[in-house]
Amino acid sequence: MKFIDEYRQSDLARTLAGKIAAMTSQPLKIMEVCGGHTHTIFKYGIEDLLPPNIEMIHGPGCPVCVIPMGRTDDAIALARQPGVIFTTYGDAMRVPGSKMSLLDAKAGGADVRMVYSPLDALKIAKQNPNRHVVFFALGFETTSPSTAMTILQAAKDGVENFSVFCNHITIVPTLKAMLDSPDLKLDGFVGPGHVSTVIGTRTYEFVPREYGKPLVVSGFEPLDILQSVHMIVKQIVEGRAEVENQYGRVVARDGNRRALEVLFEVFEARDYFEWRGLGSIAHSGMKLKKKYSAFDAEFKFSVPGLRVADPKACQCGEILKGVKKPWECKVFGTACTPETPIGSCMVSSEGACAAYYNFGRLSKIAERAGA
Amino acid sequence: MITEFTPSPLFQRVERARRRKPRVRDTHITLAHGSGGKAMRELIEGLFLEYLRNPLLEKLEDQAVFDLNGLSSRMAFTTDSYVVDPIFFPGGDIGALAVNGTVNDLAMSGARPLFLSAGFIIEEGFPVEDLRRILASMRDAAREAGVEIVTGDTKVVQRGGADKIFINTSGVGVIECPVNISASRARIGDKVILSGAIGDHGTTIMIARGELELETGIASDTAPLDWLVADMLDEAVRRNATDLIHCLRDPTRGGVATTLNEIALCSEVCVQIYENRIPMREEVRGACEILGLDPLYVANEGKLIAVVSDEIAEAIVARMRANPYGREACIIGEVKAEPPGIVAMVTGFGGSRIVDMLVGEQLPRIC
Repeated sequence: MKFIDEYRQSDLARTLAGKIAAMTSQPLKIMEVCGGHTHTIFKYGIEDLLPPNIEMIHGPGCPVCVIPMGRTDDAIALARQPGVIFTTYGDAMRVPGSKMSLLDAKAGGADVRMVYSPLDALKIAKQNPNRHVVFFALGFETTSPSTAMTILQAAKDGVENFSVFCNHITIVPTLKAMLDSPDLKLDGFVGPGHVSTVIGTRTYEFVPREYGKPLVVSGFEPLDILQSVHMIVKQIVEGRAEVENQYGRVVARDGNRRALEVLFEVFEARDYFEWRGLGSIAHSGMKLKKKYSAFDAEFKFSVPGLRVADPKACQCGEILKGVKKPWECKVFGTACTPETPIGSCMVSSEGACAAYYNFGRLSKIAERAGA
Repeated sequence: MITEFTPSPLFQRVERARRRKPRVRDTHITLAHGSGGKAMRELIEGLFLEYLRNPLLEKLEDQAVFDLNGLSSRMAFTTDSYVVDPIFFPGGDIGALAVNGTVNDLAMSGARPLFLSAGFIIEEGFPVEDLRRILASMRDAAREAGVEIVTGDTKVVQRGGADKIFINTSGVGVIECPVNISASRARIGDKVILSGAIGDHGTTIMIARGELELETGIASDTAPLDWLVADMLDEAVRRNATDLIHCLRDPTRGGVATTLNEIALCSEVCVQIYENRIPMREEVRGACEILGLDPLYVANEGKLIAVVSDEIAEAIVARMRANPYGREACIIGEVKAEPPGIVAMVTGFGGSRIVDMLVGEQLPRIC
């Protein structure tokens, strides 16, 4: 396939992997922040190609994985309100709340529908004027502009039976929290690609400036990721720490001004937002501005809003921070599997545990067995 | 690529959990129970088998194969229900699917399909004109497959009691040569053959639903495979090697990945496949890329997977290629000893990964 196969060539990959191996034998820990990268790394078996001294740490960038249990319960409570059609991205359907998932709520009679974009949810609202349509808004700056656009569209069209349960999060406060975490020793970052198309690369300049770590914004194809790792290792070997852009075919230094304007128009930062396993992070969540509260599901309906502690056995928090590897979790692959997930990292295909369970189990286990 | 494999304690722990006796823990049926993946296996083994167990059923093949007193040939018997949405789609409709699907389930035992039954559950208000179209395509599909629909049933339910039309077909066939085909017969050193490009049917249905407003030239691959299987068996008979055809399965719901996992688990072997040998249409690859689907899990309705002994693999592939439904047949992998119960894939990128069974629901009402 044109424009895809070019980024998946195995001969180029081997050459690149050879170059990385030749550069240094120093042990290096590199975090890919974004869940899309985690998925690619496992799906294509990139860790098989990297030299053993380079360790990829899978970061917190899977938006479904970081939603705390209490928020999932809130979503289910909304879905079970009489007259509500609850719309969501497919990924979130199986995330376990404290008692059930949205999929269970659906089987129990709630009208839960999968959509591909918030505009589809708005369309459903227009087709069902006697029902109220709630959209479960999730994700980083990759998805928040489309939620914002949809709210502006709903306001323009005067749609009154549509609202958003907003769980949008932002990348920069999260990166800061990771960098400030004392138990994390990272040597560099593979920066998120799609988020950066919106916010640009300039935003990350504090990472080398204040923390002295290289960050390379990367595309999502396997060669993109290998090349980004190569760029990070090169910086380290040469004693540099900079923000570099591997994904130049899509990402600009200043991002997408129009998308940012829309974001600022509709959203503002929450004082705190709770992340699954990471706790509350200041200014890391977004909520609708007051003038759009007519479209805010939390404002229209009363949600329980209870904080629910993660199951004791679940170590999603350590895994999201990259402190623990999926297979170091006691319930990994036994009590917690993709079909009966305990932790959210096992649900989304971007979650480190699911990616590892579905794709990576073999090589890593074989390698560990040899070790 | 795995060359030597020593299972670690963790690997064993996970495998033990993976093979735990399936139990139904849910209190309600969810769409995942119908997806052809793990949840459905739980439902079948944990519930249906518990109540209805008998030696034929517990083999859990796609058809039951049995002897009839006084007959030298064995019989095959199968049933399947069709609830596809939409009922008309590029390349076929619910009627063609209902005939071909049951014909193929019979053919995968090595049987020559003979007779089909057809049961219709129709929603009040359904246009007769649409029913005519469906019946015409059932007639044509039966003619092509060489079967006759000899008995049937009709029920009409009130509006909302069913969605448009559901069709159940059952079929019987006769196994005329001494084959022994089963998902549990894959042997180390066997070759894995795929009859053609994957993902056409599932992708077609997804696009036909119009939720994504994509326009492509993809059509369903729904087709009867009994003649293709007959050719394969004929080739084996001529070589006096009918016993060397070990497994035959049509990778419908759950796709190639789920079928290969069934074979790996039933036979306690490792199935190793190579990503860049798996045939796939460019449009299907593109559509799956956009839809976020993994084509390995997307349903096919006119493809088969065969696991055959190495010594006849090339001959079987050559014979398949002479049949219109096997023109793109090729060897996509082989059977290894370790690790048992696992499907491993060498990626086009040069790494390797596990290909597990489908979990959850990719696309409801695909067939």
